[in-house]
Amino acid sequence: MTIALVSTAVFFALVVVAVTHAPGWPQVRSQFFDWGEFKATFPEIARAFLLNVKIFCIAEVFILIFALFLAVLRSLPGPVFFPVRAMAIVYADLFRGIPTILVIAMLGFGAPALGLTYVPKSVVFWGIVSLVLIYSAYVSEVYRAGIDSIHPSQEAAARSLGLTRWQTLRSVILPQAVRRVIPPLLNDFIGLQKDTALVGTLGAIEAFQQSQIDTNATFNFTAYLAAAVLFVAVTIPLARFTDWLVARDRRRRQAGGLVA
Amino acid sequence: MNKRLLPFLAAVAALAAVAAVAAAAPGSTAASCPTVTDGQLTIGTDNPAFPPWFGGGTKTSKWKINDPSTGKGYESAVAYAIAKRLGYGKSQVKWTYVPFNKSFAPGTKSFDFDINQISITPARAKVVSFSRPYYDVNQAIVVNKGTKIAAVRSIRGLARYKLGAQLGTTSYGFIKDRIKPSEQPAVFPSNASAVLALKNKQIDGLVVDLPTAFFVTAVQVPNGKILGQFENRGKTTDSFGVVLAKGNPLTSCVNRAITALRVNGTLKNLQRIWLAKATGAPILK
Repeated sequence: MTIALVSTAVFFALVVVAVTHAPGWPQVRSQFFDWGEFKATFPEIARAFLLNVKIFCIAEVFILIFALFLAVLRSLPGPVFFPVRAMAIVYADLFRGIPTILVIAMLGFGAPALGLTYVPKSVVFWGIVSLVLIYSAYVSEVYRAGIDSIHPSQEAAARSLGLTRWQTLRSVILPQAVRRVIPPLLNDFIGLQKDTALVGTLGAIEAFQQSQIDTNATFNFTAYLAAAVLFVAVTIPLARFTDWLVARDRRRRQAGGLVA
Repeated sequence: MNKRLLPFLAAVAALAAVAAVAAAAPGSTAASCPTVTDGQLTIGTDNPAFPPWFGGGTKTSKWKINDPSTGKGYESAVAYAIAKRLGYGKSQVKWTYVPFNKSFAPGTKSFDFDINQISITPARAKVVSFSRPYYDVNQAIVVNKGTKIAAVRSIRGLARYKLGAQLGTTSYGFIKDRIKPSEQPAVFPSNASAVLALKNKQIDGLVVDLPTAFFVTAVQVPNGKILGQFENRGKTTDSFGVVLAKGNPLTSCVNRAITALRVNGTLKNLQRIWLAKATGAPILK
């Protein structure tokens, strides 16, 4: 413990000394760590961050539902469901492969360009749709891993008790599978929170876009730091919570006493 | 494409600093006007290089839309005129790609000066050195023909519409401070996305500098029209200057060149050649 503390302190002291003694440090400090600039830009960036919060909250709800649907489609057995499985696979491959920013640009500017009256023009709407499409691909893989991790004997046992395939999935497989993948789900949720910044490229003024506006006004990058602080304030607690969940899960699974 | 923000009080702060340096500097010799690479003037700008600031098309695939080394377009012509006064022939000028953000990022600059429709503001002048202005610019608004906003005849009338601007431009500041719209304006990372949003009618009006507005309506949005321009006066003067590293001694040399070009009528003449079409639009008050 003592060694760890000392080692950490020495390491960070060295980093701080190296950075602050660099020849360009005064300029870096004034252009990245300007307290006056931070105070001046923070309130407006914080207001803009509410849009990020709105986007990731709405998107996450749809992602969790849509991705589970995809994962279930992909785990359907038998040759009859081959086309369904194939579609789910193609979907996951495609949307995990395309850069998020491209999907956002294509839907955000492309869909309204069709000029159909019933197609919304709101960039926030299309930003959310894009994030749901992309993150569902990732999250469906997480769900699938969870479903695959449930031993086949569970399904066999449930079916032999007379449960239908659907009942088995709903009452036996999914409850265990979902519980097992909560940490990776939260992990993807953190990724989603940061990617809400990409919706700014469509013109919506979210936290990052606001910080870019401020940076371009003053040629001072401190506004980026203000945006970073806001993102971190949300993602770090979630990351700690995820770790805590993992630890708790491990404790519970080992509670049987197999490992001393 | 115009990179600037906030109507500013005056270039006074920047100019005062620059004048102090200028007063101390002797004649424009290589020793007092050092460049990144000896015997060569390296000029930066963004890519793509848009008309009417740059012209002549592309010679290489490196530059999109226009190659700045053609000498065509207002900024390219001004850059070569400055270079000539500094004693650099056309072959001694080298253009380099400098994204807008990079022009003011800390650290060693890869360019001697950057010319990219950058507005001079006091806040920015704390971080970089600006030259004296080489162009005083008016903001203008582009709309789609036949839309509701196309009938508006006053600045106040614009307040109820969804407006947009490009990131890093004084146009955004103009919307926020002068038009004060009821709806949050949209801010786009590039000219391409701003123009697309206007075409898609995701925004009702796009605020850009006047010369750019002419390019937008002539080429990018065939159904677009310039609703009007806004007067550049008093507190809202807006001028473009070239950007140099903070305290770069070359600043005074560039200033002497720009002043000479202004006095001998070269700037006016180049504006007539490259921006003449870009002046006639009704003034909105």
